[in-house]
Amino acid sequence: MATATATNTNKSVLWDWLTTVDHKKLAVLYLIAGALFFLKAGLMAIFMRIQLMSAENTFLSGQTFNEFVTMHGTIMLFLAVTPLIFAFMNFVIPLQIGARDVAFPFVNALGFWIFFFGGLLVSVSWFFGGAPDAGWTAYVPLSSGEYGDLGLDFYVLGLQISGLGTLVSAINFIVTIINMRAPGMTMMRLPLFCWTGLVTSILIVFAFTPLAAGLALLMLDRIFGAQYFNPGSGGNPVLWQHIFWIFGHPEVYILVLPAFGIISEVIPAFSKKRLFGYTAMVFATLIIAFLSFMVWVHHMFTVGIGPITNSVFAIATMAIGVPTGIKIFNWLFTMWGGKIIFNTAMLCASSFVPTFVLGGVTGVMLAMVPVDYLYHDTYFVVAHFHYIVVGGIALGLLAGTFYWYPKMFGHKLNEKLGQLMFWMFYVGFHLTFFIQHILGLIGMPRRVFTYLDGQGMETMNLVSSIGAFMMGAAIIVLLINVVYSAYTSKRVTVRDPWDARTLEWATTTPVPEYNFAQTPQVRSLDPWFYEKVHGDGTMKPAEPMDEIHMPNGSILPLTIGLGLFVWGFGMIMMQMENPLIPEWIVIGAGVIITFGSMLLHSIHEDHGYHIPLDKIKKIEKEVS
Amino acid sequence: MKRHLGLLRLLPLTAVFMLLAGCGEERLSALDPYGPQAEWILDNMILSLYVMALVVIVVFVLYFIAVFKFRKKPGDEELPKQVEGSKALELTWTIIPVILLAILAVPTIWGTYYMAEEVPEAAGSSGEESGDEEQSGEGGDSGNGESSSEESPQGEDALVIDVTGHQFWWQFDYPDGFSAGNEVYIPTNEKVWFNLTASDVIHSFWVPALGGKIDTIPGVENTMWLEANEPGVYKGKCAELCGPSHALMDFKVIAMEPEEYEAWEAEMASGNASGGQSSEESGSEQETSDNDSGEGASAASNGRQAFEDQGCITCHAVDGQGTGQGPTLSNFGDREKIANILEPTDENLEDWIRHPGDIKQGNNMPAFPDMNDEDMNAIVQYLQSLSAEENMNQ
Repeated sequence: MATATATNTNKSVLWDWLTTVDHKKLAVLYLIAGALFFLKAGLMAIFMRIQLMSAENTFLSGQTFNEFVTMHGTIMLFLAVTPLIFAFMNFVIPLQIGARDVAFPFVNALGFWIFFFGGLLVSVSWFFGGAPDAGWTAYVPLSSGEYGDLGLDFYVLGLQISGLGTLVSAINFIVTIINMRAPGMTMMRLPLFCWTGLVTSILIVFAFTPLAAGLALLMLDRIFGAQYFNPGSGGNPVLWQHIFWIFGHPEVYILVLPAFGIISEVIPAFSKKRLFGYTAMVFATLIIAFLSFMVWVHHMFTVGIGPITNSVFAIATMAIGVPTGIKIFNWLFTMWGGKIIFNTAMLCASSFVPTFVLGGVTGVMLAMVPVDYLYHDTYFVVAHFHYIVVGGIALGLLAGTFYWYPKMFGHKLNEKLGQLMFWMFYVGFHLTFFIQHILGLIGMPRRVFTYLDGQGMETMNLVSSIGAFMMGAAIIVLLINVVYSAYTSKRVTVRDPWDARTLEWATTTPVPEYNFAQTPQVRSLDPWFYEKVHGDGTMKPAEPMDEIHMPNGSILPLTIGLGLFVWGFGMIMMQMENPLIPEWIVIGAGVIITFGSMLLHSIHEDHGYHIPLDKIKKIEKEVS
Repeated sequence: MKRHLGLLRLLPLTAVFMLLAGCGEERLSALDPYGPQAEWILDNMILSLYVMALVVIVVFVLYFIAVFKFRKKPGDEELPKQVEGSKALELTWTIIPVILLAILAVPTIWGTYYMAEEVPEAAGSSGEESGDEEQSGEGGDSGNGESSSEESPQGEDALVIDVTGHQFWWQFDYPDGFSAGNEVYIPTNEKVWFNLTASDVIHSFWVPALGGKIDTIPGVENTMWLEANEPGVYKGKCAELCGPSHALMDFKVIAMEPEEYEAWEAEMASGNASGGQSSEESGSEQETSDNDSGEGASAASNGRQAFEDQGCITCHAVDGQGTGQGPTLSNFGDREKIANILEPTDENLEDWIRHPGDIKQGNNMPAFPDMNDEDMNAIVQYLQSLSAEENMNQ
């Protein structure tokens, strides 16, 4: 493990992981949690594709299918892709900016555990009468107390809690990137992954807050009998859609921008060229982020808001195509004239570019309001956003996994298995989703659990299902690869196994607890590459070697998260018919655990510890 | 997409679309439009596809050249030139997309207003319409659009139908006071307006072969228009997740020649369909089943009795009126499908009455698993005899 050299070795391994505040270990925790949720939601997708394989299939009932469709979307967006992105942001950003850790290590751990327990709360709904079933968008009135069952209470409270964790982490990243950069690492020398991480974090702060407000209103409606969204009592169901999409559209960019960032790291590294048009890339990212808050109504064109509003939002939506196009062409011209090495990471990263274009152009087509009256809520839309989230985000995450794996775990993933996985995944992906465009056009609405015989949809759905099975098989190959490589792969002992460009590759492998024994002096964009070409191949230190001040681990982030879980569960018990114990006891216990932990954290002074100089020297000698 | 495509149909992409149009079911697929709105949508989709194909081709060509030409050759360890960027190129790929998007923005805005057209107050609105038509340019709808405004009933108000979405059926209330369930009849070659709302959760009203969709939202009233060029049965679907049987919440739009439609409308308005054998001329409302003159009428009258005794009538109207509780059955014998999914056979109908929840999970109709066979047969016969189309053809 990356932290085998940690100081406090007298504690058990499990305790070490539960109390860790080290950004590298939290990254691994995020990775594991995200991967587990990803597998779960992927399995649901496979079940749904089995159901849709033939007309009028009875493998799943309409109710079960709706629960799967809801949980697939909810988990993928909130509980799988978000933590996977946070895993990379956690691991890479402090290393890329030359920092010892994130700005607030305790808060970092807090963010993870709150997210984790929130996700757990959504997941346990299966054991209490069924999962949420109103779609990941949870449109009222279908999600209201009148039509939605207990599952929706788990949705509302679980997402509220996990969203809090996401919010906390995002603030931490903003502070880290703004304040913790090494000397010489100006904003315009920041690697693009850090830029996108920063912008994503800002988007989270502005997008997850409306979501939290919306979920709070829905909670008041459901549990405390408020009427915000009840048309019978003067409420308005369209209000929920506005609140949800003010969050929901930026959410897409929250997920896709870090994927852009990963691609912008991997493509230069394996093309042996600097990123083409770095400045344009940075500003394109900022413009996309800004515009992402201006377009939410394009999810609601068929709500009947009126032609003026629809036109304005259509134009704003189309405008996003421009900065995205800038990014696409800059990636193309980064490869152009390079000397490209095609390993799995680069295969994923480079194939991202044309795939994402296919998702992007259907996005522009969807922006044409009157034509969207046809596309809206059909399989065309399903195809479109899966080209973005699978063809875009998933490929980006796979590229990132193969690229940073040696730094995270000390060995590479097997190339042969990796390339097998890539081709299976890529072919399966196009088989699954390309044909869904046409399915939508010939009249298949989305979120349907079945379709009637004789509508010409059988063959295309079968093809789509076969593609989905291929993607499932590809993920199994990836899992085999992870296990196989752990046993057979050669340990990486060099700093920089890929001959890459950015600062994370200047650290030793495995990365010591303190990352950099001496904070490096950054002299250029792509500082590590600069030192390899213009310097002596090592980073110039910006400070003399000295004791390093490190934070102590703490179990309190976990207990705060646990308390929120208990509290949330107690709130849901208010809706249960015969709870075994009175709900106020559970709510009270949750509140006491959470606030008690916070109090403990406040009154317990913890100044961390110092790693003595001779120990640092010893570690540095060992690893290099 | 038959005659109005003009030059576009000479191009390969359009040919692909004409091929694809064969994939889906006729009068369901949006690739085979039967009305001016659907034609407009398809034409502009193809227009946007051409623009987007341009982008895709440029990217793909550049991508594949880059990927194949700039591979690292074995033994070549020299670093490639570290290019910082290019202002000229950046400007190019900013400006060209802006132009392409502007091309798409024009029909987008025009079409948004075209589809948002309000119900005309009275005659005379046609002048306004043809004014719009002149600007349509690439729209390609002009032929149909004009004909529609010319052929619309002289001096009469446009037909406006109130639509209410329910879990999991559709209620259609006509201006003449009668109601239809799950199958909505419209005259061909004129714009028909729909005022849409919902009683429980949000649904979405979509007839792909005739036009776009719009949500039906409780507490909100939306408006849209559709027009069919040809008589026929067009399939409609609910497009917004609305519960366990969302996938089965279909409906039909039945377009008739205007004269035929008027006869149907008069028949429905008279409320006679429920009488089964009653003659068209009588015109008076047949509240009860006292007209047992013909053979078979007694079976139907027993059926009527059973229909009341079993409580069906609490939710299902048969006299032309409608309630929000269940679809009106006034013209049940004309239905293309039972509950929109089953073939209209007696066995299926019996099955449906006995176990509606098994066929459409979560729907509100109570099950009658133990109804005696006599009543069941009577009800089935009675319901199958309710027809407006038969009467109006007499």
